[in-house]
Amino acid sequence: MTASSETISKSEIAKTKRAQIRGLYKKSINKKIYFIFFLFILMIIFAGIAATLGSYEISFTEVYSIIFHCMFNNAETYEQYTVWELRLPRILLAILAGAGLGIAGTMMQGILRNPLAEPYTMGIASGAGFGASLVIILGIGAGYAGGYSRYALIASSFIFALVPAVVVLAIVLRRKPSPGVLVLAGISMLYIFSALTMLIQVPADPNAVKVAQFWAVGSLERASWLDIFPISLVLACCVPLLMWKTWDINILNAGDETAESIGVHVKRTRIFVMMVSAVLTAGVVCFVGAISFVGLIAPHICRMFIGADNRFLLPASALFGAVLLILADTIARTIAAPLVIPIGIVTAIICLRIPS
Amino acid sequence: MRLEIKDMEFGYASVTILKDISMELAESEVLGVVGPNGAGKSTLIRCIDRIISPQKGSILVDGTDIKKMSSTDRAKKIGYVPQGVAQIFPTTVFDTVLMGRRPHFGWWSRKEDNEKVLDMLELLNLEQFAMRGINELSGGQQQKVFIARALTQEADILLLDEPVSALDIRHQLEVLNVVRSVVKEKGISVMISIHDLNLASRFTDRLLLMCDGQIFATGSSSSILTPENIKQVYGVEANVSKFGDRNYIAPDKPVEEK
Repeated sequence: MTASSETISKSEIAKTKRAQIRGLYKKSINKKIYFIFFLFILMIIFAGIAATLGSYEISFTEVYSIIFHCMFNNAETYEQYTVWELRLPRILLAILAGAGLGIAGTMMQGILRNPLAEPYTMGIASGAGFGASLVIILGIGAGYAGGYSRYALIASSFIFALVPAVVVLAIVLRRKPSPGVLVLAGISMLYIFSALTMLIQVPADPNAVKVAQFWAVGSLERASWLDIFPISLVLACCVPLLMWKTWDINILNAGDETAESIGVHVKRTRIFVMMVSAVLTAGVVCFVGAISFVGLIAPHICRMFIGADNRFLLPASALFGAVLLILADTIARTIAAPLVIPIGIVTAIICLRIPS
Repeated sequence: MRLEIKDMEFGYASVTILKDISMELAESEVLGVVGPNGAGKSTLIRCIDRIISPQKGSILVDGTDIKKMSSTDRAKKIGYVPQGVAQIFPTTVFDTVLMGRRPHFGWWSRKEDNEKVLDMLELLNLEQFAMRGINELSGGQQQKVFIARALTQEADILLLDEPVSALDIRHQLEVLNVVRSVVKEKGISVMISIHDLNLASRFTDRLLLMCDGQIFATGSSSSILTPENIKQVYGVEANVSKFGDRNYIAPDKPVEEK
């Protein structure tokens, strides 16, 4: 009698323990979802505030009514033109670029199991910088008045941004490298492209060099609706592919051998995610320049709040990157107005503050 | 036979690591792999899970060549806990064990997957750590989490590469007891490489003694752990005494090299 009642109470305890863990697990999932939702709201608010600021004061509610108006009609008044043609593309570009860089950073840290991996340390940004310098300094596609062709610049920086990823791919295909070797390869590409950029800048026209350097730090200065479409397209293609791989990237975190034994094809996953992230980064960087730190810091901050599950980390880092870039761009264009500070400098300074 | 290896050979470019490996693993059997450092214990285990591919010979699981299995199918047959891995980005115990369900679901875990994780946490007595990060756990507890992850794969064969080498005596006993009780409960087969010969003789059904990439001898612990074998394979003089039906080994000194 006592024995049976004891077993009953034992199974009762086990049942309540299970229910407890189930509850805690659900709570932890909800917390992650709330965090993502919170960042989304924050992004909308920041975007609204950013649109009110500038040389021309427009109130918060006015901004949203103008945006709503212009969705269906052409911009007519000066206020409408300012918000719809100048500020909104810039804010959208900040959102898309921040999201793209945040995602690329998260993915690279995940597949390389390295907290320092990001588009910048993997050489992608400096590849893009070299491609841009080449066009600016050689004046490729220049018209009668000199200068260079913006399309050539975008194409060239996009192509050169992919070079480091191709090198990493070649290494993965030839040998079975550890993630550390790949990071090292990325960093060496960073140095090679920086050196090459210096090499072509030394004998060049100082004005062209100034333009090239301004580009290299990153800027949203030339934002227009024409840029929004191609960047959106790149994101729309890359993000679902990466999101699909997030669960396998989680398992890569457990180590190559463990991942392999759980049934993840480590090499294939690494190549796939690396290439898609590279295209994503290249697609962003060729429009806005090499904005630093966003890809590095966004995943780290989000990981502090919601942990390392990439299925949640990807959207969270995307939104965090977007918020960060809106903030940085707003500071960049208001703090010393009418002078605009390159956004890359602002992100570097903000990100320096965050960990300390 | 659950697992059958025939005439397997493995080597890197010019060096042969494993030679003439033929062995079997029966249902519900715990096979201990012993031998000095560099004898090829880990290499053998990694070949079985196709982390590395042997150049010659065949490895059959339930009669099927593992070369012909997809990685997901293989993961449903064989679970593997490598030695000493550290995760860079910490995850909770629950999420870590859930990884083992990867062969069974696509992108999002179903209710039954979560229940399987709960089963495993209960079985290995890890419930109180469910929501803690694995980096906060001690080495012994972490090892149990990794074993739990391999077990949630629901594979018939579990490969453990030196699961207790870094643990204190209490955790060594705990982890090995867990392995034994799982074998009893689930009828899985376990292959476990282990340095401590006394633990090996106590917790395994059969021993495989390796030396220089070859199987030196296989059989019951009392037939394998003899002073002659230990002298020949390890180069150590040892006193072997009987302790019930097991051999108890007290190493004395290294054999003088001539």
